[in-house]
Amino acid sequence: MTSAFDVVIVGAGIAGCACARELADAGVQVAIIESQSPGSGATAAGMGHIVVMDDSPAQLALTKFARSLWQKLSADLPASIEYEERGTLWIAAEEDELAAVQKKHAACAAAEIRSEVFDSAALAEAEPNLRPGLAGALFVPEDAILYPPAAATALLHAAEERGAQLIRGTVAKAGHGAITLADGTTLASDHIVVATGADFHLVPWVRLKKRKGHLVITDRYPGFVRHQLVELGYLKSAHSIVSDSVAFNIQPRTTGQLLIGSSRQYRQDDLAADSFVVELILRRAYLFMPKLAALSATRVWTGFRAATSDKLPLIGPTHDPTLYLLAGFEGLGITVAPAAARLLVDHLLARKTAIDPAPYLPERMERAEAVLA
Amino acid sequence: MSTDAEILVIGSGPAGITAAAIAAAHGRNVLLLDDNLAPGGQIWREPTTAHPEDRDDARRKALFSLRASGARVWSGWRVFDAPRERTLRAIEDSSPDVHTIDISYQKLILATGARERFLPFPGWTLPGVFGAGGLQALARGGFSVAGKRIVIAGTGPLLLPVAAHLRQMGARVTTVAEQASRAQLARFSAYLSRQPGKLLEGLQYRAATGGSRYKFGCWPLAALGADKLEAVRLTNGERTWEEPCDLLGCGFHLVPNIELPSLLGCRLHKGFVTVDELQQTSVTNTFAAGELTGIAGLDSALLTGTIAGLAAAGKAEETKLLLRHREKLRRFAERLNAGFALRPELLQLAQPDTIVCRCEDVTHASLTAYNNWNDAKRQTRCGMGPCQGRVCGPATTALFGWHTGSVRPPLFPVPLSAMGARPQR
Amino acid sequence: MPDHVTITVNGRNLRVKPGTIVSAALLAAGIPCRTSKSGQPRTAFCGMGICFECSVTVDGIPNRRTCQLLCRPGMVINTQ
Repeated sequence: MTSAFDVVIVGAGIAGCACARELADAGVQVAIIESQSPGSGATAAGMGHIVVMDDSPAQLALTKFARSLWQKLSADLPASIEYEERGTLWIAAEEDELAAVQKKHAACAAAEIRSEVFDSAALAEAEPNLRPGLAGALFVPEDAILYPPAAATALLHAAEERGAQLIRGTVAKAGHGAITLADGTTLASDHIVVATGADFHLVPWVRLKKRKGHLVITDRYPGFVRHQLVELGYLKSAHSIVSDSVAFNIQPRTTGQLLIGSSRQYRQDDLAADSFVVELILRRAYLFMPKLAALSATRVWTGFRAATSDKLPLIGPTHDPTLYLLAGFEGLGITVAPAAARLLVDHLLARKTAIDPAPYLPERMERAEAVLA
Repeated sequence: MSTDAEILVIGSGPAGITAAAIAAAHGRNVLLLDDNLAPGGQIWREPTTAHPEDRDDARRKALFSLRASGARVWSGWRVFDAPRERTLRAIEDSSPDVHTIDISYQKLILATGARERFLPFPGWTLPGVFGAGGLQALARGGFSVAGKRIVIAGTGPLLLPVAAHLRQMGARVTTVAEQASRAQLARFSAYLSRQPGKLLEGLQYRAATGGSRYKFGCWPLAALGADKLEAVRLTNGERTWEEPCDLLGCGFHLVPNIELPSLLGCRLHKGFVTVDELQQTSVTNTFAAGELTGIAGLDSALLTGTIAGLAAAGKAEETKLLLRHREKLRRFAERLNAGFALRPELLQLAQPDTIVCRCEDVTHASLTAYNNWNDAKRQTRCGMGPCQGRVCGPATTALFGWHTGSVRPPLFPVPLSAMGARPQR
Repeated sequence: MPDHVTITVNGRNLRVKPGTIVSAALLAAGIPCRTSKSGQPRTAFCGMGICFECSVTVDGIPNRRTCQLLCRPGMVINTQ
């Protein structure tokens, strides 16, 4: 098989599909290779929370850009993606967390992101099923939710409509101008994008760590929770590089089912659900919403996130001039996908970028290692 | 809360009752668990309201043996997890107080039985349409069917007994439509005649359904009505007609409840739990009996329950005399299932807008875009509702040949409090 | 043994024979248990606790299956 493609993407998760759509939109001949099914890996395990995260200016810029792209995409993509602008409530349990609320509010304002400080009464009114006595929250109204597997396939279909081609196959090797499939066939390409989620065996030299997560989904309780609710402590959990943790994070789906998370574990290699971790997640959740205990759980599932050491993703070229990365999104893969795709395609087509791509370039990792050496 | 038993039996249908009774009669500490209101499972379901006297001697004898055996019997408990080696977790939540318990065991006997297979057809979600066994169960639970016009349709050995019981309760069962052809069933009946007990059973049921038309090679095309069922459109492949009725009981044979065996890692073959001559599964200390090991009816459930109970109680040598009968019943099961094999027309009944997944209202048309269960589930939500694929799973297996994925706890929806600590005050 | 049990369904009283299960009571009264995602009325279907079509709110707790639940005096049912 020779290559009739300008760009070949490995992995039809949400990042790969977003990339395929960007490229096809620009008239580029693109193929996307998937070994399982589109949107079935890390994409399917995610909550589907589109959120601006402010733990660093680079994170804030990327997520803000991504959120605005999702707002535009939601008008073009079908209703099956279940995009809803529910907003996020970052919850401060105790008084001493209110300073963090104010800090976040200021950071949002500086970045021209709408947010509103809620006191205890306002929070109780916004979410009556939270326990009384929580100190307050920051409301970020333009954050959204969607259903990731449907979003990935919708992006893929949009790409296919513009000429992108989906190839079912398992990639054994990728780089240096060629892709070799498990069945021995090869594709030549000067531009190979690796977007394989939590599976990075194709790029073993990239320093990524798998972080296992658990989610519990309930039966239907329409109106029980109205916004995405996240505890302020979530940031601490998400950004610890070494330790295992849980943090309260709950999302209402259009069906009225609730997704309850979240957990992060290192050094876990299998996707078996761990009831001990589920118990920890629930105990944490009850601290904020004790009424959850009576709701029915229908399913537990797990997934892996890919994490980098500096908490920013890898978007762009590598030391191999034919190989590019869309990787290391940790818990922000769904949010960041369209922005990462746009940045990469801007680079490929030498277009002006909307935000500075430097903080996400893979070469920063290689530089950092050179410094340590 | 926790407890333990030497022998834990899950499922109190004929197989579970028999296994528990015989193991306890041999002096073992036995606990029999079931999620229904009382022992009996499906075919021996106890009516909850005043009911015409059942002439079912086998049932009365088995329940008596169970009571006399000393086995602990817990009704209303359902198993939803296997958190540790040789431990099952169960929940009882008939009242607002939820009770969960971890049960440790030395030997486990799985007798979770079977459920009806439902195939989608236009109108099957209308009020007034039920499973065949479902309609009987609801009638036994106090739903008065007296004077109601009922059509029973589908396939399987349950159709006649269901029709008979409903008639006993005063219903006008106008038609029993069995999709298997006369020829197909004749082959099965010929085999039946070598099992006189069964033939008699058949004749008794026929007598009880006197007044109903029993039609071979006849199946439903649609349930008709505006807000509720008013008529059923039936066909025999040549002629099509509409039969006015109040209620339709429709089921297409049985599929085993293999969720718990799967969770425990029991090996399956063609969707049933594989067992050796002592009813042992591929998992040590774990036995299976009854419909889990093959849809084979009451006699087989009683026999395999006996073998499993004896073997678990350490009395394997007493099972030797039963082996030949076991083999005969196994062959009977094969004939039974061949007799009620689904005709291809049944797989074409669903129209594009016919709902296949009732929990999520996923239509047939949405599913045809996929070629496997996992993709369809992920993209359409088919199987993601509270039934956890118990209705749409077997339907999509029949319609599309899909195999549903691996099983994870909770096996049934349970309150979150059952999955972790109770909330802090 | 009382000759009837009274439960409340959507605010109205319903008298049933002792030993009646909740979904049977709702069927007899012609009241659907729930409205499906696409707006269809649904009643009990499988009769054995598998299909969840008979889910209603019982004494304030939503999504309770009613095909294995006996009517108790004073039980409050709200369909979903």
